Amino acid sequence: MRIAVLLPDLLGTYGDRGNAIVLASRLIQRGIHAEIVDVHSGTAIPASCDIYLIGGGEDAAQAEAVRLLKHSSFAQAVTAGATVFGVCAGLQILGVVTEDEHGRSHDGLGLLDARTRSGKSRSIGEIVTRVDQTVGLSDPVLTGFENHRGLTEIGPSAQPLAQIQAGVGNGDGTEGAISGRVVATYLHGPILARNPAFADYLLKMATGLAQEPLRIADIAGLRRSGFDAAHRNRGMRHEWTKKLTSRRWSTPGVPRT
Amino acid sequence: MNTVAKERTQRAVAAAIHRRSLDGYLSQRGLPWLSRMAVSIGRVAARSAQLVGFSGEMIGGRVALMISPGVLANLAVNRRIVLVSGTNGKTTTTAMLATALSTAGPVASNASGANMLDALTTLLANDRARTVVAEIDEMYLPHAISQVHPQMLVLLNLSRDQLDRTGEIRHTATRIRALAWQHPEIVIVANCDDPLVVHIASEFARVMWVSAGTGWWGDAAICPACAHHISGVGSDWSCTSCDLKRPELDRFVLDIDSGSVEDGHSASRSIDSSIALPLQIPGAFNQANAAMAIAAARSLGVPRADAVRSISSLTEVAGRYSVWRVGAHSIRLMLAKNPAGWAATLDLLRDEPAPVIICVNASEADGRDTSWLYDVPLEALANRTVIAAGDHAADVGVRLAYAGARHQTVNDPLAALELIAPGPVYLIGDYSSFSRGWARSSSEPRIDCANSRSLARFVGHLR
Repeated sequence: MRIAVLLPDLLGTYGDRGNAIVLASRLIQRGIHAEIVDVHSGTAIPASCDIYLIGGGEDAAQAEAVRLLKHSSFAQAVTAGATVFGVCAGLQILGVVTEDEHGRSHDGLGLLDARTRSGKSRSIGEIVTRVDQTVGLSDPVLTGFENHRGLTEIGPSAQPLAQIQAGVGNGDGTEGAISGRVVATYLHGPILARNPAFADYLLKMATGLAQEPLRIADIAGLRRSGFDAAHRNRGMRHEWTKKLTSRRWSTPGVPRT
Repeated sequence: MNTVAKERTQRAVAAAIHRRSLDGYLSQRGLPWLSRMAVSIGRVAARSAQLVGFSGEMIGGRVALMISPGVLANLAVNRRIVLVSGTNGKTTTTAMLATALSTAGPVASNASGANMLDALTTLLANDRARTVVAEIDEMYLPHAISQVHPQMLVLLNLSRDQLDRTGEIRHTATRIRALAWQHPEIVIVANCDDPLVVHIASEFARVMWVSAGTGWWGDAAICPACAHHISGVGSDWSCTSCDLKRPELDRFVLDIDSGSVEDGHSASRSIDSSIALPLQIPGAFNQANAAMAIAAARSLGVPRADAVRSISSLTEVAGRYSVWRVGAHSIRLMLAKNPAGWAATLDLLRDEPAPVIICVNASEADGRDTSWLYDVPLEALANRTVIAAGDHAADVGVRLAYAGARHQTVNDPLAALELIAPGPVYLIGDYSSFSRGWARSSSEPRIDCANSRSLARFVGHLR
């Protein structure tokens, strides 16, 4: 199994290369050989990998990544049936169009029917979502950390990945997008480290085989603390109290960005 | 020195400073009345915080700034101020530069690692020395420059740190560049191996380039000016699209690889002009920090031999790198809170097979998101005893599991010691582990690790 990490030097800002580490490790623990292929900018995109991961990054890096991926063999690999998983900027790169905070529109690759506009402020914090029953995850709750300004609208040819329980996500009560074998989300963490059932879902999508369960000691505690933190800090009823009791002190005289 | 006698001496010195200008110090009289009031009330707030167990640095400054936002500017008048900033190495470089400058007169410095504007205000209010070396978080650097009018700025490196707080570092870089035009008198000592630092420093009129290297390139591959790819990272780097490139070192050259300091002023770089750097603080990254500190000290008039000698006499910085005997273990405390810092720490650990306790608390001061752990190649720790500790021990535990490193997970770092065989141990913590106290049990009072006096008291109690 070959797991390609696309442009880690541009899109590795939020630790999303960890998703590749998790996938490879889970395969190796089950006795399947796995290899992580880092595709840096300036090298050709291999067309023969089983999963392609696109991580999060800053706005300038995102634009450069679209430039590099547009004229490459990446689109062919996708139409040939490879699994693609994008996080944050990855979601916006796979989408149709993104508007940045200055109002400029940037085209995406158009592989996912998602249009992103810029929100009034950054959404940062723990997030909990629930994936639809039809997807068939053994544990449908996803926990993670979001840090983005964009708000995404899913078009008719894609579905949202999950429904929000606490946090912002796409901005309309849903989170992420899925269309065939192209999956995308706003959750960092890395998401696959925090959500082993979801990691196995992607592996099943890529290999076609059901994955036998793995036990990793600390994950239960990690998921529990993320779940509690999200509901404590970002549940619905806390939105209005947040303004009054902001835990983030701001130094007087310094403008808050 | 006897603690009581020391405090008495400090009070006498403070009284002398208050009455008239002691040589090298600034008297309190020059301040406007509102600033004096703000400082006094801030001190009261700090004192009450200390009674409850906090260190009081932040809250004193915060209260003073709330009463009079101009207090920072007023406290900085008539002083020679050096600001040290960057993602990694601020505290160590500040301590090194402060020691070097102290050979020439009294110096005020915030050695504990608290680097926001509130701590700077407290420092300027409490310590009235004319020369100030302060570390400042890069987020607050633009505001600090505009308020405090420093003589010198030391920029070490700029990479990712605390994503959920800082957002985009490039935005901060733009703000600092914008200030360069308004402050042509500032001398900036900048690391020419870091593209983002070069991008910022090129805007200033008076630059001193130091080749201090940079360990981890995760953020530097995109050109800060034109967002295209940068090639040649690690040596003579240059942007593939615009004309941003590693500057020519025509003035001061410090060679890190040979561990020596060369003076580029002489046209022929003869062996006589290089001096060995026998540091007592471990790590190649600290050689780089020392190089930046020596360059800055030289520019401020300290003879090179004095600077090297005083820096070489440092054995610990703010509790970091210090070695503590606790029972049958000797613990070396290290700070690492982001991939760049960890890359340097792992480099050091490669030659030291001792057990490691990784303590991650990830509280407000550190940035709550711990996904940066996956950019640290913890696979390198696979063949030794590793224990995950801290409030976020589970995050570290999962990371170690996926790195294939056998480990145990315990929330209390002190309890972790019981799982380790007697002998040397490395305790690698993030900032909040250090400031809150790396050893805490239910019955002990909170320990402020930055205050070595209380740590010594605690260690004495353990014995």
